[in-house]
Amino acid sequence: MQWRNTTQQYGWVSIVLHWLMALSIIGLFALGAWMVNLDYYDTWYHRAPWIHRSLGMLVLILLIFRLYWRWWNLQPILLGKAWEKSLVLWAHRGHYIWMAIVLVSGYLISTAYGRGIDVFGWFEFPALLPAAKGRESVAGVVHMYTAWGFMGYVALHAMAAMKHHIMDRDDSLKRILGYPSNKK
Amino acid sequence: MKLNMKWKLLVISAFLMVGIQQQAWAAEEHYKFDIKGQHAFIEFQIKHLGYSWIIGRFDRFDGSFSIDDEHPEHNRVNMTLDVSSIDSNHAERDKHLRSADFFDVAKFPKATFVTTSYHQISKDKGILKGKFTLRGVTKDISIEVVQIGQGADPWGGYRRGFEGHTTLHLSDYHMAKAGILGKAAENVELYFSIEGIRQ
Repeated sequence: MQWRNTTQQYGWVSIVLHWLMALSIIGLFALGAWMVNLDYYDTWYHRAPWIHRSLGMLVLILLIFRLYWRWWNLQPILLGKAWEKSLVLWAHRGHYIWMAIVLVSGYLISTAYGRGIDVFGWFEFPALLPAAKGRESVAGVVHMYTAWGFMGYVALHAMAAMKHHIMDRDDSLKRILGYPSNKK
Repeated sequence: MKLNMKWKLLVISAFLMVGIQQQAWAAEEHYKFDIKGQHAFIEFQIKHLGYSWIIGRFDRFDGSFSIDDEHPEHNRVNMTLDVSSIDSNHAERDKHLRSADFFDVAKFPKATFVTTSYHQISKDKGILKGKFTLRGVTKDISIEVVQIGQGADPWGGYRRGFEGHTTLHLSDYHMAKAGILGKAAENVELYFSIEGIRQ
C-alpha cells in the first residue's frame, strides 16, 4: 500500500489518521465524561483533565494536518448513488467542521485567562487569543453539547459504513481498513 | 424701638440659620459605591485542603449606603453582586464554581445584602447585621465594619470609605458539590473595601 490516496483507495497516511483520531476522540469523550464527576480528593482529579487537554491538543494538531493532507491528495471515488455521493461528501466535511468546533471550544476553556496548555509536559500549546474572563463558561457549554452531539454523529457514520458494507456490499468499509479494492 | 426690632430679627434669623445648618449636618447622608472609578472591592478567601488560602474576588457589584452620624443605628448598607463575576485567577476553576455544582449562576445570578441593623462600637467601628442571600438561601450575617476615612475629594465630591469582614459557612448555601472540598473549606472569609461618593 502506498502513502498517498488513489481514486480507488486510501493511502496508509489517511487510514492511520482516520483510526488514530477515531480512537483518540472516543477516548477523549469517555475520559471527559468520566473526569467531570471525579471527587476532589480523587488521585485522578488533576491527572485526568491534564491527559484530556494534552490529548485534545494533539488531536487538534492531527486535524490540521488531516485537512492539509486531504486538500493535497486525491480522494477515492465515493461509492453509492448520485444523491448518496453528495450527501456523503458533506457528511464527511461535517466531521471536520464538528471536530474543529469541539476541539477549539475545549481549547478556549483552558486558555480563557491567557495561559497556554501543557501537552504531556512535552511542550506548551500557546494561548493564541487574548484573555477574556467569562469565555470559559460559554466555551464550556459549547464543548459539552457539541461533544455529546459528535458522538451521535459518529454513531450515524458507523451505521452508514455498516449499511454500505452489509446492504450495498461495496468497498467503503474495506477501503478505510486498508483492504485492496476489488474494483478495477 | 425700630432698631431693636431689626436686631431681634437679625439675631433670630441667625439662630435659625445655624439651626437649619445643624439639621443638615445631622440628616442622613446618602452614598453610592464608587463603581465607575472602581474604588470598591469584594474579595473572598477559602482554605485549599487546609494547607493554604485561595483568594478571589467578585468583579461586578453595586450598592449604596446611608449614614447618620447622630443616629448611627440608622446606618444602612445595601448591595447586590453578580455571582458570575467570580474570579479566582483560574479559568477552569471559575467555570466550575459558576456551574450547577457550586453557585449555579444560571439559576441564581445575584447575591444580595440588605441591612437589618447597625450597632456602633466606637466612633469608626460597628457591627452591621443584615440578610445575605446567596444561591437562593437567605442567612443573617454580621459584618464588622471600620471606617477608614472620609473627606472632600479633589474633584468636587465627598467620599467615605469602609472595610468589612465576615465569615460565611459554605454548608449554609446548599451547593451541590461543596462537600467534595472537605471540612477545611467550610469557612469562607469575605472582605469588603468600599468607597462611596456622597449623592
